[in-house]
Amino acid sequence: MNTPGTFNDASDHYLQFKAVQKSYDQVTLVVKDFNLDVSQGEFLTLLGPSGSGKTTVLMMMAGFESVTSGDILLDKHPITRTAPYRRNIGMVFQNYALFPHMSIAENLAYPLKVRKKPKAEIESQVARFLALIELEAFGNRTPGQLSGGQRQRVALARALIFNPSLVLMDEPLGALDKKLREQMQLEILRLHKKLGFTVIYVTHDQTEALTMSDRIAVFNDGVVQQCASPDVLYEQPSNAFVADFIGENNFLPGVVEHVSDDIADIKVSTGEVIRATRVDCGDSGSDKVTVAIRPEKLFILPTDHEYDSAITVKLTDRLYVGDFLRYFFELPDGTEIVVKYLNDHAAPRIAVGDEVQLVFRARDSFAFSPM
Amino acid sequence: MSTGNPAAVEKLSRREYVLAQRELRRKKMFALALVVPLLLFLFFAFVAPIGTMLYRGVYNPVVAELIPDTLQALEQWEGQTLPDDAVLNRLALDLKRLAQTRKSGKLAEEINRHWPGASSVIKSTARRMKRQTDEALLNGGADMIRVANKKWQRVEIWRAIKKAGQVYTDGYYLTALDLERNADGDIQQRESAQIYIKLYQKTLWMALVITFSCLLLGYPLAYYLANAPSKTANLMMILVLLPFWTSLLVRTTAWIALLQTNGVVNSTLMALKIINQPIEMLYTEFSTIIAMTHILLPFMVLPLFSVMKGIDPSLMRAAQSMGAKPISAFISVYLPNTLPGLSAGALLVFIISVGYYITPALVGGTDGQMISNIIAFHMQQSNNWGLAATLGSLLLVLILALYWIYDHFIGASNIKLG
Repeated sequence: MNTPGTFNDASDHYLQFKAVQKSYDQVTLVVKDFNLDVSQGEFLTLLGPSGSGKTTVLMMMAGFESVTSGDILLDKHPITRTAPYRRNIGMVFQNYALFPHMSIAENLAYPLKVRKKPKAEIESQVARFLALIELEAFGNRTPGQLSGGQRQRVALARALIFNPSLVLMDEPLGALDKKLREQMQLEILRLHKKLGFTVIYVTHDQTEALTMSDRIAVFNDGVVQQCASPDVLYEQPSNAFVADFIGENNFLPGVVEHVSDDIADIKVSTGEVIRATRVDCGDSGSDKVTVAIRPEKLFILPTDHEYDSAITVKLTDRLYVGDFLRYFFELPDGTEIVVKYLNDHAAPRIAVGDEVQLVFRARDSFAFSPM
Repeated sequence: MSTGNPAAVEKLSRREYVLAQRELRRKKMFALALVVPLLLFLFFAFVAPIGTMLYRGVYNPVVAELIPDTLQALEQWEGQTLPDDAVLNRLALDLKRLAQTRKSGKLAEEINRHWPGASSVIKSTARRMKRQTDEALLNGGADMIRVANKKWQRVEIWRAIKKAGQVYTDGYYLTALDLERNADGDIQQRESAQIYIKLYQKTLWMALVITFSCLLLGYPLAYYLANAPSKTANLMMILVLLPFWTSLLVRTTAWIALLQTNGVVNSTLMALKIINQPIEMLYTEFSTIIAMTHILLPFMVLPLFSVMKGIDPSLMRAAQSMGAKPISAFISVYLPNTLPGLSAGALLVFIISVGYYITPALVGGTDGQMISNIIAFHMQQSNNWGLAATLGSLLLVLILALYWIYDHFIGASNIKLG
């Protein structure tokens, strides 16, 4: 399991953050001790609630914000003090930032013109990238004549056309509607697979992060809580914040009874003792913990699924969502628990007010120290 | 309903048609009622005066009304030799009538504009004719005139009378363009003082300098305002608009207090021992330019601000991330996007300053005079409304021409005023 702050996986150290800190007001740190290794060609997402410092990290990477302390290395060269225009980093902005007074082709040609490339090369590159984003016929239009999705594709191509060492994307799909957003996610992945560039992607949309990324760094309060692949993040969260932020979760408060290896016996408010995987909670008796169990990992007795713990709860509500059903239960102390069932023949038929037993496996439940 | 399935189109019945027409008419009347005050105002305060001005520049019936008979007699005259006695007799009669109705001064003034020195000739002759009977004048008026003043023997005064007597004249335009007609009737450069062309050039030059100064001061200010936090921006905006809430006269007078020989600027510089003698700053071109820059600055800042406010700040970042240095990013990305505001501000300041009157009149002295001051002079002091109208018309043409050039090269649709 990763410890927050240090990630020594099999990285080629293409992009490195070493103990980077940032303070805007000389009083508080917005980014605290940020460490990260990114491999070449990796798609890494910075995910977190607004104000968690993820955009600040991106801006420091691009050079638009200074670094208070620490170092950023790109391909082993420190770029901490390099001016933005010398970093060779492509950037895609949320509001596209296309130049409204230039045509699409001129927009794409801009980074090449700045680099004083020969005219023939510029033309062929622009044509190639227009074809890549399937907007060949739009070269002479202005950004104002394009739809949101088309603009975003142009912004993407413009950030890629000069073969940057790194591409930064600051919530690039935030302004699009849901359907278009899903299309563009696939579009970005297609280009990423085809061209093999390295991406640092910022979003607050976890679905987007889970679908697109090789790895996700979950931010909160200026600190990386966990940096791992989407499945690890979802199935083995390293603390209560990540468990809560990624996907849906139930949290049961309890007290540690006994700890053996990585399994903790925890007494919950019903008086029952449950078994959960120990993550970062204390190991002495009477330490307070919170146990996280996903709604789809809880089952109502009787069930065919194996289990090693059970709690007794009362049904308060049942919600019909269509393809699945949501059951809302309550513990005697008021804690709410949600259980998700596929809407098939196995879905139990119980009435509001019924007392039932919910069961789960220790490997699907995680004991964290409370947030 | 012109679209859709033609079978589905239902024609309105006669009665429905009338009702629909009535509704449309009511809407139109309402819209008209809203704009009528503006249109009336525009007509009476704008279109009509400008029309009159343009007409006055070429229409000059004064002399024709004063001495109609003489002018009729002069119609056949070629202008090479002295006119014959019949003409002189007519003039004698006209002069007598003018002297009796006390209008000879007016005639003298009009003729004098075409031939300096004619004023006293006409006035003294008219006084003599007053005492004669009509009969005597009709028969021997010619001799009496010749006796009254020797200058009647010169052909120039007759040419002046004939020229002044034209009801429709290009004379004012020629004068305003520093031209004149020679004895053969050809247009040539005026031999005496060349004033107006020079003055137009100076006015344009000063307007250009003022526009440029406003741009130099206004652009960074507008940039700062557009990018500052809203609290600071609002406060600064009040400071920019403050001049609008103060009387123009007060602001101009303040410059007199600052720039005069013993004014604030001079005494400060002398107290700091930077200069030993006061610099003459007031009543110069410099004082006009500096005061007008101050007064017209908001007209530059406001359109610039409104345009800059709409520019996405990430544009500059995008340009830099693509490798453009800050200055080149500014020139290739930011500046072109501010052009609508920049051209609106520049055009506004330029056009206002070309026709500005009060400030040059107060702080300009003789050196800092602009064309509008000469127009005012001709209206108030020399009483030459025709010339004043002509100078004004030329100013109008000049501005329209500049606007056309602007539209041709930059495009007027680019302008954004607010």
